[in-house]
Amino acid sequence: MEKIAVKVDDLTVAYNYKPVLWDIDLKIPEGVLMAIVGPNGAGKSTLIKAILGILKPIAGSVTIFDKPYKSQRKHVAYVPQKGSVDWDFPTTALDVVMMGTYGSLGWIKRPGIKEKKRALEALEKVGMLSFKNRQISQLSGGQQQRIFLARALVQDASIYFMDEPFQGVDATTEVAIINILKELRKAGKTVVVVHHDLQTVPEYFDWVTFLNVKKIATGPVKDIFNDDNLTKTYGINYKVSIQK
Amino acid sequence: MEIIEYIQLVFSDYTLRTITLGTAVLGAVTGMLGSFAVLRKESLLGDAISHAALPGIAIAFLITGSKDTNILLIGALVSGLIGTLWIRGITSKTHLKSDTALGLILSLFFGFGMLLLTYIQKQPNANQAGLDKYLFGQAATLVESDVWLMTFVTGLCLLVLLLFWKEFKILLFDKDYAQTLGFNTKFIDILITSFIVLAIVLGLQTVGVVLMSAMLLAPAAAARQWTNSLGKMVFLAAILGGSAGVFGTAISATQNNLSTGPVIVLVASVFVLFSFIFSPKRGLLFKRIRLIKNRNDLELQKTLAFMYHIVEDHDDTSHPHTIRMLNNFQGYSRKGLRKLVDKNYVEVEGGMWSMTSKGFKAAENLYNQNGKND
Repeated sequence: MEKIAVKVDDLTVAYNYKPVLWDIDLKIPEGVLMAIVGPNGAGKSTLIKAILGILKPIAGSVTIFDKPYKSQRKHVAYVPQKGSVDWDFPTTALDVVMMGTYGSLGWIKRPGIKEKKRALEALEKVGMLSFKNRQISQLSGGQQQRIFLARALVQDASIYFMDEPFQGVDATTEVAIINILKELRKAGKTVVVVHHDLQTVPEYFDWVTFLNVKKIATGPVKDIFNDDNLTKTYGINYKVSIQK
Repeated sequence: MEIIEYIQLVFSDYTLRTITLGTAVLGAVTGMLGSFAVLRKESLLGDAISHAALPGIAIAFLITGSKDTNILLIGALVSGLIGTLWIRGITSKTHLKSDTALGLILSLFFGFGMLLLTYIQKQPNANQAGLDKYLFGQAATLVESDVWLMTFVTGLCLLVLLLFWKEFKILLFDKDYAQTLGFNTKFIDILITSFIVLAIVLGLQTVGVVLMSAMLLAPAAAARQWTNSLGKMVFLAAILGGSAGVFGTAISATQNNLSTGPVIVLVASVFVLFSFIFSPKRGLLFKRIRLIKNRNDLELQKTLAFMYHIVEDHDDTSHPHTIRMLNNFQGYSRKGLRKLVDKNYVEVEGGMWSMTSKGFKAAENLYNQNGKND
């Protein structure tokens, strides 16, 4: 059997007594490109944040490659929602991407030439090299998303968690981003994406998790991405034409 | 008083020299730290901390009976820190937003502090007079040891900033992300907040509880207008804060009966006003000028495009047409036509205009460019 990259056991998260995630068990095999889908308020972002330790769960545990998450941070990269930061912050695109190197540097040590080179490479990968000295508030929404992606690429992790990377980007950027994600999968990385557009799930992803406070289903897209699971997750009679 | 005379006086007069140095150092350190408060959108934190320090001063006096600055400031530091912790506690443990928490703590502590001050003033103790100077500050009471203390804290603060620069930056920009990288964000947070509290407490004697937050915010807000780099912003805020101290002291020393603290705050506010209007990138003035210029350019391009449509049907593109037909076009103005003539795009002769080959090319490019942008 293939290696399990991320294993979540009995994860429960609540905001003020209201459960947001209820008893989630999840196994994500290594090397998949997985979408997390579900309606608004289903706890998709919360699941990622709880796995990454940004939110404290009431119960449950997370292991990365069979070891506790805290000891495995170096293998994990995170792309937060674009709207979670203030883009008027006084800094440049290159500087934001450099932040991806801070984790491997540790405390106090400053990024040097080596780190800068890695950041420039990542910028080139996302097609943003010519914007490296641009003040970040001068970037479009799609460009800001690419910068966030580049920052995660710099971390050179094995597992990538991305919170709605396609939100508010145009078609060109969407294609550029999905190509990078597919390249990551080709390189054997595991990519977990909070996703909203159900139509593109079969085209973009090979693995999917249906979430609505509880886990509805998880598995290969071709096996479980069907009307039955969609209806269970979204609560309405959902029909999509799936190209198999 | 002549400026040179005043500068000589600063070097020769002990009191003036002490006050000038003290306010300059204070302005620099609050400016530096204020940048972080402003970028974290915690501008009001300074206000809450300074007001929260007041009961500490009163209690320190009640316990020790001494008016020694250092003892009173330790009291201020303790109650300032308690206030800050309560603010953090309220925002993390309840539904209340941080502005509500700041407002609550500010008024609660300040009210309690005022209560204690009035109680102290009614005491039959000759020693109690002068505690109210911490309300609005009194720079004249600064002595050399105060300046040394401020300089020491500023040096320490600078050292910590240099050491933890990248940690501070990533905490300010993206706290959650910093946490996933393995940084102890709580520690960085406490470190920066402690220094903010320390700087505020140091300034209470000079500027006072009520106006202290301006020292934190004004230099930072002004500096933000001039640069898009965090490092330059912090540096500039320090310079502006220090200058506000020096100029404020000079103005108050040369005019009778002008209290130093408020003058310093006013000078800093003038910096802010000036920066908001005149900074080249973010300033209101240049934004307005850019807007008008863009609008004029666009009108001009529209006129040229309109002419191009008339001209392109003719074999000879320099064939003259009557100016009157331009009146049908909304964007047309005599001034615009004159500008086109100035640019050698169009020639005008006796009520007729004709397009030059240069103008024709420019109009063609206009379309190519627009096509590319689509």
